[in-house]
Amino acid sequence: MDYSSAELMIVNAARLLKDGDVVFVGVGQPNMACNLAKRTHAPNLTMIYEAGVIGAEPAHLPLSIGDPTLVSGALSVVSMYDIFSNYLQRGNVDVGFLGGAQIDRFGNINATLIGSDYAHPKIRLPGSGGAQEIAAWANRCYIMTPHQKRRFPEKVDFLTSAGYLGGAGGREKAGLRGKGPIGVVTDLGFMQPDETGELILTALHPGKSAQMAIENTGWALKVAAHLQTTQPVTEHELKILREELDPTGIYLKGG
Amino acid sequence: MPKLTSLQDAIAQHVHDGDMVYAAGFTHLIPFAAGHEIIRQRRKNLILARATPDLIYDQMVAAGCAQKVIFSYMGNPGVGSLRIVRSAIEKGELDWEEYSHFGMISRLQAGAAGLPFMPMNQTAATDLESANPLIQRVTDPYSGREVIVVPALTPDVAIVHAQRADANGNAHLWGIIGEQKEVAFAAKRVILTAEEIVDESVIRSDPNRTMIPGFIVSAVCHVPGAAHPSYAQGYYDRDNEFYLAWDKISADPALTQAYLDEWVYGVKDRAEYWQKLGAEKLTKLQVEARVSAAVNYGKY
Repeated sequence: MDYSSAELMIVNAARLLKDGDVVFVGVGQPNMACNLAKRTHAPNLTMIYEAGVIGAEPAHLPLSIGDPTLVSGALSVVSMYDIFSNYLQRGNVDVGFLGGAQIDRFGNINATLIGSDYAHPKIRLPGSGGAQEIAAWANRCYIMTPHQKRRFPEKVDFLTSAGYLGGAGGREKAGLRGKGPIGVVTDLGFMQPDETGELILTALHPGKSAQMAIENTGWALKVAAHLQTTQPVTEHELKILREELDPTGIYLKGG
Repeated sequence: MPKLTSLQDAIAQHVHDGDMVYAAGFTHLIPFAAGHEIIRQRRKNLILARATPDLIYDQMVAAGCAQKVIFSYMGNPGVGSLRIVRSAIEKGELDWEEYSHFGMISRLQAGAAGLPFMPMNQTAATDLESANPLIQRVTDPYSGREVIVVPALTPDVAIVHAQRADANGNAHLWGIIGEQKEVAFAAKRVILTAEEIVDESVIRSDPNRTMIPGFIVSAVCHVPGAAHPSYAQGYYDRDNEFYLAWDKISADPALTQAYLDEWVYGVKDRAEYWQKLGAEKLTKLQVEARVSAAVNYGKY
C-alpha cells in the first residue's frame, strides 16, 4: 500500500490518543491526527482549540485553528484567558500535540528563531503561541515532525517550549505540572525519553532502519534494546484521511 | 454624547501617531476595515499589539504605520509565515516585544482588572525570560514558590469588531471571543465597529451575550463586512482563498504596494471595498443559518 510520509506520521500519532482524552489540538497534521482518532478508535475524544473552542466537531477540516466550522456545534466557546487558565493551567488537558523547527536531545522545542542572537535572528519563526504552556501543563505531550538532521540538533537555538530541559528531573525542579514529551513521532519511527530524559529510538515504521534514524538525528541516537515495529497503516485509516479529512491533499502530500 | 459616528471620524479622533493600538481578535472578527482606515489616514510610529498579529498588521507595517509589534504568535493563520512583519524584524527595521499566548493575554487581563501585573505558573521558558526583561519572577507569599509575572498592558486604543451593538456601544459578540472583552476593558479608548446597529431592546433581550458595555466605548461605527477577509460568525465565512493569496502578494513588495494602492488607498471606505469585491464574492462567503435554541430569561 502506498502512502506519504505525512500520512504515516498522522496515522501513528492518531493511535497515541485514548478514547476519552481531552486533547489540545494544533493546526495542520496534529489536527488531522485528532480528527482521525475521533473517527476510528476514540469517538469520545474531546478536541480543544487554543482559540477557545471546546468539544469541536468540525464539519470539514479547518484551514486555521480559528475557523468558524470549529464553533458551530461545539460544546463551549470561551475566551483565550479562560482556555489557558481554567483548562490548561488548571490541569484539565490530557494531551498536547507540538511541532517546531528544532527538537533537541532532551525534547526541548524551538519555534522562535534560527540563529544564536535573539536580537538579530537569521530566520525569525512565528514564536510560541500557546506551545510554551501546552508543553508545560498538558498531562502528556507528543511531538510530530519529519526525521531530518536539521530538525533534531543536539541543542535547540532557542528554548521555546520545555521538554526535559537539561535531563531527567529538570521539569520537576522547574515546577512544571505535565509529564512532558513522552513520544516523538517521525516518518521513520518513534523516539521516547529514556531514564535520563534523552530521546532514544524505540520503534521503527515497517521498512525503515535504525541506521536511517541515526543518520538523520543530530546527536548520537541510542537505540532501545527491544526495538519495536509499528503496525502497518491500514486502508481504513487512509480512506478516512483521504476521502473525509483532506480530499484536496493539503496536509497529506507533504513530508 | 452621541457615539455613533463614521469610521473615518472615529479613527481621526481616537488614533494618534505613536499610539499603542490593539486591533483585537483571534482569527475571528479581525477589524480589517479600521486597519485600512488607519493606513488611509497615514498614521505613523504606531505600536501594534495583538497576541496573533495577522494580515492586517502585515499591511499596516507594509504601509509604514508601525514602529513596533507586541505579539505571541506571528503568522498567517493556517498558511504560514507573516512575511512582511517577519522580514522587517529580520532586517532590523521593526522593533518587537514577545510573549507566549498566555503571557500576552495575562497582560491584558491585568490591564482589564486594573491590576499592576498578573501571575502565571512556571513554564520553564527561560530563553524568553532572558530575551524579554518585562517577564519577571516573584515569590508566592503563600507557598514560597516562584511564579512568573507579566505587567498590565493598557493600549491607548482598542479596536473591536462585533456582530451587533446598539448606538451606545453595548455589544453582542459570539463565536470565538479571543481577547476582545479583556482588551476593551484594558484600553484607554475603544473603537467599536459592528455588522449591525440594533435597538437597545435587542441587546437587553440577551444580556449574557453583552461582552462590552457601552460606557467603556468611545466610538461606535456601523461597518458591515468590516472583518473581511476574516469572518463574522453567522454573517459571512472566512475568505481562506485570500489568506492563501496573501502568501504570494506579501512575498513581493511590488505586489504588496499594488494591493494597498488598489484595495486600501484606492477605495473610500468599506462600502466601496465591498462594491469592488463584487456580488460573487459575497455569495461565496454567505453561510446557511444555524440558530441556537432560544433562551428564556423570564418576565419578573
